[in-house]
Amino acid sequence: MTRNSIVFDNVSYNFGKKEIFKNLSFEVPAGQTVGIMGPSGTGKTTLLRLMGGQIQPDTGTVFVEGKDLKKIKRTELFELRKCLGMLFQSGALFSDLTVFENVAFPLKEHTRLNGEMIRYLVLIKLNSVGLRGAAHLFPRELSGGMQRRVALARAMALDPKLIMYDEPFTGLDPIALGVISNLIKDVGSVYECTNVIVSHDIEETARISNLLYVLSEGEIIGQGSPQDLKKDDSPRLRQFLNGLPDGPVPFHYPAPEYMDSLIGVKNTKRTIIKRDD
Amino acid sequence: MFVHALKQIGRFSFEILSSMGRALRLLSSALIRRPDHRNIPLIIGQVYQLGVLSILIIVCSGFAIGAVLALQGYTQLVRVGSESALGLGVALVLVMEIGPVVSALLFAGRAGSAVTAEIGLMKATEQLASMEMIGVDPIARIIAPRFWGGFIVLPLLALMFSVVGVWAGSLVAVDWLGVYSGSFWSVMEQGVDFFDHVMKGIIKSIVFGFVVIWISLYQGYDSLPTSEGLSTATTNTVVFSSVWILVLDFFLTLMMFEL
Amino acid sequence: MQSLKIEVLVGVFLLISLLCLGFLAVKVSGFSLGKSNDRYLLYSHFEQVGGLTVRSKVAISGVEIGQVLAIEYDQETMNARVTLEIDSSISNMPSDSTASILTEGLLGSKYISISLGAEDQTLSEGDEIFDTQSAVILEELIGKFLIEQF
Repeated sequence: MTRNSIVFDNVSYNFGKKEIFKNLSFEVPAGQTVGIMGPSGTGKTTLLRLMGGQIQPDTGTVFVEGKDLKKIKRTELFELRKCLGMLFQSGALFSDLTVFENVAFPLKEHTRLNGEMIRYLVLIKLNSVGLRGAAHLFPRELSGGMQRRVALARAMALDPKLIMYDEPFTGLDPIALGVISNLIKDVGSVYECTNVIVSHDIEETARISNLLYVLSEGEIIGQGSPQDLKKDDSPRLRQFLNGLPDGPVPFHYPAPEYMDSLIGVKNTKRTIIKRDD
Repeated sequence: MFVHALKQIGRFSFEILSSMGRALRLLSSALIRRPDHRNIPLIIGQVYQLGVLSILIIVCSGFAIGAVLALQGYTQLVRVGSESALGLGVALVLVMEIGPVVSALLFAGRAGSAVTAEIGLMKATEQLASMEMIGVDPIARIIAPRFWGGFIVLPLLALMFSVVGVWAGSLVAVDWLGVYSGSFWSVMEQGVDFFDHVMKGIIKSIVFGFVVIWISLYQGYDSLPTSEGLSTATTNTVVFSSVWILVLDFFLTLMMFEL
Repeated sequence: MQSLKIEVLVGVFLLISLLCLGFLAVKVSGFSLGKSNDRYLLYSHFEQVGGLTVRSKVAISGVEIGQVLAIEYDQETMNARVTLEIDSSISNMPSDSTASILTEGLLGSKYISISLGAEDQTLSEGDEIFDTQSAVILEELIGKFLIEQF
């Protein structure tokens, strides 16, 4: 019987009138690297915000490390977040602090360690992402890939049980991409930490994950190990994995008939500009 | 058409009410978190950012306005031969009106807009969200120190503004236009009362400081995380602050003269 | 180092603002802490107080020795009763002194001037100055002047 780090139980979430998730249920087993994939606009970032307790689902419950995020008190939630790490897409480093201070921030806030101890820990974390030499620099002086590595060091600072990654592979050159994906893999194996990767990069995510979920239109359309998914032949899944432009997921945003729009009849509010001849 | 207009009005007033609600919630949650010992260095940092860095603009404007007041006042008073009341006029106008109002307007433009932009950018670059995920409450860490910093700083800047203005006035009146310095200062001393005039000016600037920093923080915290949203928020800070300062100035003057 | 510099600058900033407050208090509004010294109260009745206000000054030979604390209408004597607050260091005013309401300059504010009498007995807390001279109202004066002319 494996323990679950995260459990989603029948979660629905609406943004305005738009339904983002309907009755979503899945779990993330502890100690695994789990990839959650899906086309853009399927609410992957929203999913991470639900996991972090930054927003609450409309119905259903989210359990993180066995705690029901809906019933938990505010102080308990902040307590829980000490054992969660999150890597934001932009890195989200504090721009007025140096690299060293960024990584030291969680340690200074949540531990009573003295300055010397904090220095050791920060240098260890920075060394593990290969940026010990950049400790005195400000985030703006680093490239995007390096910023993300610093953010990873910061997310690992308190040795969390669970790290969540929001699109860790986007916008990186092939070398930086390889560095980040190896680091994530190491974090999982060396620190025995649960990794949740939310990404639309199929190849990289599949390479380092043990378990994959594919999301589309608020539902899970495929799940299993990377090998299982390759064999699955549901059309929606195939379209996403093979990158076909049109299929069950339409190329067009819902719209009235093309011809009708152009000649300006029914169902359209746009007025056609008439030319005075 | 009529129904449509009604709908628009309804939506507009709902928008205003809900944003007022959000602003109140931000304020109350910033106020609940009383500054503890960890926050003191943060507040000192903000006093530096919002106060020390605004000194130059405050001193320059105070000097210019004090000098102009003396010049204008002199040309009028010298006609009726009572230029000895010039010091009194300059000091009263500065201490009760121009000092608090103009320093608040400058503060909104210089410090308020900076606060809005900073917080808006922190929001847009997910710094606030990541701080929350680290388990540190951004309201306690980012919003509250800025609130207290701004609240403390504006009355002090207004005091400086008035003093520099009076000094500039005396330079123009006494050293340049040749008003007798004894009467300049003594008529001022006789006519200006500490509790009736100086304190009322200070009360005004305390209220203005509260309103300006509140608006700035709310605009930043509530901004849309886009470049357009950020520029709208910064503009709103300056516009709303200025309007509120001037409207409140009228009502505060009304109330304090009734007292 | 950086944070130390900021702390020092903030300290200087606070100090300067306090000095500004001091300047406004002492130099601009003539506020002195000495005012909270011991004081004693005297009363006097005037037919006409004119533009006298609370906190107007009370002076002997032009030197300020106290201020007006209250002005009210006295139902019994049917005129204005003024409460004066006098500095306790001025303790030898004869009981037959006169209080008159004068104007500082032509258009200045009203104040009470006390001219000393000759009695041996001195005024003390709660006493009344009986001999008073009311404020001169400019309009009345002009009126009289016009009547005398024609």
